[in-house]
Amino acid sequence: MDFKDTPEQAQFREKCRSWLEANAELKVGQGRTVEGNLDEYLQKAKAWQKKKYDAGWAMLHWPEEYGGIGASPIERIIWSQEESKFDVPGGVFEIGLGMCGPVMMEYATAEQKKRYLPPMAEGKEIWCQLFSEPSAGSDVAGLRSKAVQDGDEWIINGQKVWTSGAHYSDFGILVVRHDPELEKHKGLTFFFVDMKSPGIEVKPIKQITGSAGSGSGFNEVYFNDVRIPDSQRLGEIGDGWKVAITTLMNERLAVGDARGSDIEDALTWAKEQDFNGEPLIKHGGVREKLADWFIEANGLKYTKFRTISALSRGGTPGPEASITKIVSANKLQSIGNFGIDSADMAGMLRQDSGGDLHAFQMAWLGAPGLRIAGGTDEILRNIIAERVLGLPQDPRADKGLPFKDIPQGSAN
Amino acid sequence: MNLDFSDDQKFLQEEANKFFTKEDTLKRTRAIMESDEPYDKELWSKVIELGWTAIRIPEEYGGLGLSHLELCVIAEEIGKSLAPIPFSSSVYMYTEALIESGNEALKNSLLPSLADGSAVGTFAAAESLAPVSSENIQTVVTNNAVSGTKIAVPDVEAATHVMVLCKNGNNVELRSVALDASGVSVTLQANIDPSKSFYQIDFNDVESELISEDGWSRWEHLLDQAAVLVAFEQVGGAQASLDMAKAYAMERYAFGRAIGSYQAIKHKLADMYISLTLAKSNCYYGAWALSSGSSELGLAAATARVAATKAFQLCSKENIQTHGGNGFTWEYDCHLFYKRSKVLSLNLGSEAAWKEKLVTNLDKSNSIGSNQ
Ligand SMILES: Cc1cc2nc3c(=O)[nH]c(=O)nc-3n(C[C@H](O)[C@H](O)[C@H](O)COP(=O)(O)OP(=O)(O)OC[C@H]3O[C@@H](n4cnc5c(N)ncnc54)[C@H](O)[C@@H]3O)c2cc1C
Repeated sequence: MDFKDTPEQAQFREKCRSWLEANAELKVGQGRTVEGNLDEYLQKAKAWQKKKYDAGWAMLHWPEEYGGIGASPIERIIWSQEESKFDVPGGVFEIGLGMCGPVMMEYATAEQKKRYLPPMAEGKEIWCQLFSEPSAGSDVAGLRSKAVQDGDEWIINGQKVWTSGAHYSDFGILVVRHDPELEKHKGLTFFFVDMKSPGIEVKPIKQITGSAGSGSGFNEVYFNDVRIPDSQRLGEIGDGWKVAITTLMNERLAVGDARGSDIEDALTWAKEQDFNGEPLIKHGGVREKLADWFIEANGLKYTKFRTISALSRGGTPGPEASITKIVSANKLQSIGNFGIDSADMAGMLRQDSGGDLHAFQMAWLGAPGLRIAGGTDEILRNIIAERVLGLPQDPRADKGLPFKDIPQGSAN
Repeated sequence: MNLDFSDDQKFLQEEANKFFTKEDTLKRTRAIMESDEPYDKELWSKVIELGWTAIRIPEEYGGLGLSHLELCVIAEEIGKSLAPIPFSSSVYMYTEALIESGNEALKNSLLPSLADGSAVGTFAAAESLAPVSSENIQTVVTNNAVSGTKIAVPDVEAATHVMVLCKNGNNVELRSVALDASGVSVTLQANIDPSKSFYQIDFNDVESELISEDGWSRWEHLLDQAAVLVAFEQVGGAQASLDMAKAYAMERYAFGRAIGSYQAIKHKLADMYISLTLAKSNCYYGAWALSSGSSELGLAAATARVAATKAFQLCSKENIQTHGGNGFTWEYDCHLFYKRSKVLSLNLGSEAAWKEKLVTNLDKSNSIGSNQ
């Protein structure tokens, strides 16, 4: 038992590290220094992605023809471990690279892959995921946006919602219903779409953070007689659910650790912050919480290491990584809450970016979204119970019914 | 990166699992619970035959000279099976104390017997309802003779020797006392897990041998080591509790469907799985720190112990809840795990005490952990 890299892994890590050192700054504290308005942020994010792409780091596990270097899963993890120590812009490309890319890789034609994957990896073109609808979130197969075939084109009508980054995306992956007479999972078909197509309207939604149209912001996306060539269909007609599941599986890998204030930050803060004339860390209630968060953070860290160890031996990791998002998003919310509370009355005052209190406030404001996006806490518990522990599925009120006969009620 | 047990160690674990399954250990535990027998003598002698008491004892003293990692995998299986044997007191505590701190004469005279089972050790620390500290120890040693009273000493009827935490003037020492020496009197103390036995020992001018003059820091080190091993027992117990709950949730029907199809039950079990997974991964960290002699052992041990204590307590209590009325009966095995979870959460000091250690370690170090 050890944490040592094999000589090849150590060499690879060194290579990552020295490139990163030459091209980026190490992180300091919890402040993210790349801030600014959306345009500035996008520009910086794209510049960083391009730099990585040119050096082969952008999608290192992809084959060379699409801009990768054919790296192994372990090398990919080593790269991301090293990159996460640096203060670099993130967040904009994750959906595209983490979910859209793999689907294109699996279902697009060779020509399409040649055309779309390299610019995606390079950051020249940004992709979004058009799944959720007002009446279909957790139950995404309940979506009702319509696709009607017209020669070798499809005409799309309907509405998507919560689409992260739609306002700056060039392309999107889309699931729609081509036949409401079929059972709900059978009537779906999957496409990719040019977000500049006539008939697409994107309306940013203001989030609880107060921001609309910022880096991570989400949107309503309306489709009015939007035409998509049949060549942009991914998978067979009626295979939409199968293709969507591929994406959602990748989503669960991509949406791992909730980023933001963590145990280190809480600990540093507790040592520095004053409480009744003593450092906060002397307070029993705080010590109890620090212990709990440490167990969670450390438990996740070594869970990841167990997964890496399995990969490293050429094995398949167990299901243990399924706990990552649910644990980390809740920990983030709790640490953010602690940070704010510990500033007492001043904790409620919004802070300039850069400082610790600001970071705690952002953690507290952002965490509720992370507990919902990419599978809610409740859906993740269902998944652990059903897929990991093998408990029976919930009885369903929609089983076997044609989609149009399923009871509904969307509260919107 | 290799945060995993070796194939040999995994094989050993499988063998242990088969052995305890074949021995129907839960039935044996229940039998001990319902009788006056303090432990299962037959099972204990089989365990000795398998060589598990000799795992860490160096070959020159008649042992197998293996590492702590082999002990970790055995511990997990003991935890799953609730084996009613004096393993942890003798192997994790007394034997480790001799291996790490005993002088040559003591090692020569006792390690071979500990390996072959003719000697069995235990440890005596607690004296009152207050947690034991370097200040409040009342048991004293003068001219090698120990006097004082210890409580909650495990497995005394199985043991031939006891390690005693005592004071020589202002200094804390670890000493070894033969339980058949004159001046030792032993009283059984009823406890909440009748498959385990605890005793009060009165020492009246009893002859002893020095294990370590540096008693308090050796004691803390021993506790850290044992905490990792017991954490593996706790993880084993948590896993067994979750497995029981899962099996019952699939079989039991209410309102026309398996109770495992109700989300209140599913989510409960998912939370048990989450807690268990966190504990297990923290235990692997502990196993690494223990087997590599890392300076992080204090932090790793506290982390593994607190996480495993939480997981076993959660899984064992929610296993009862999942079983409904059956869970509250003597007949079902749920309470065996519930009771063991409480004893294991206390036998090396309480959860609160270990949380305090954890944060003290975090407070004094400048970085959290060292790996990658
Ligand atoms: C920040 C953010 C970014 C997002 N980005 C995208 C994106 O880019 N693309 C995209 O397509 N979507 C995106 N989403 C949408 C997200 O996937 C959905 O919000 C999520 O799946 C939940 O769906 P919902 O909002 O319709 O809530 P609902 O599904 O209506 O859930 C409401 C509540 O009911 C619970 N619930 C629902 N079903 C069950 C069940 N079977 N058992 C138990 N409880 C249940 C939920 O857990 C939740 O608490 C984003 C969401 C957020 C918050």
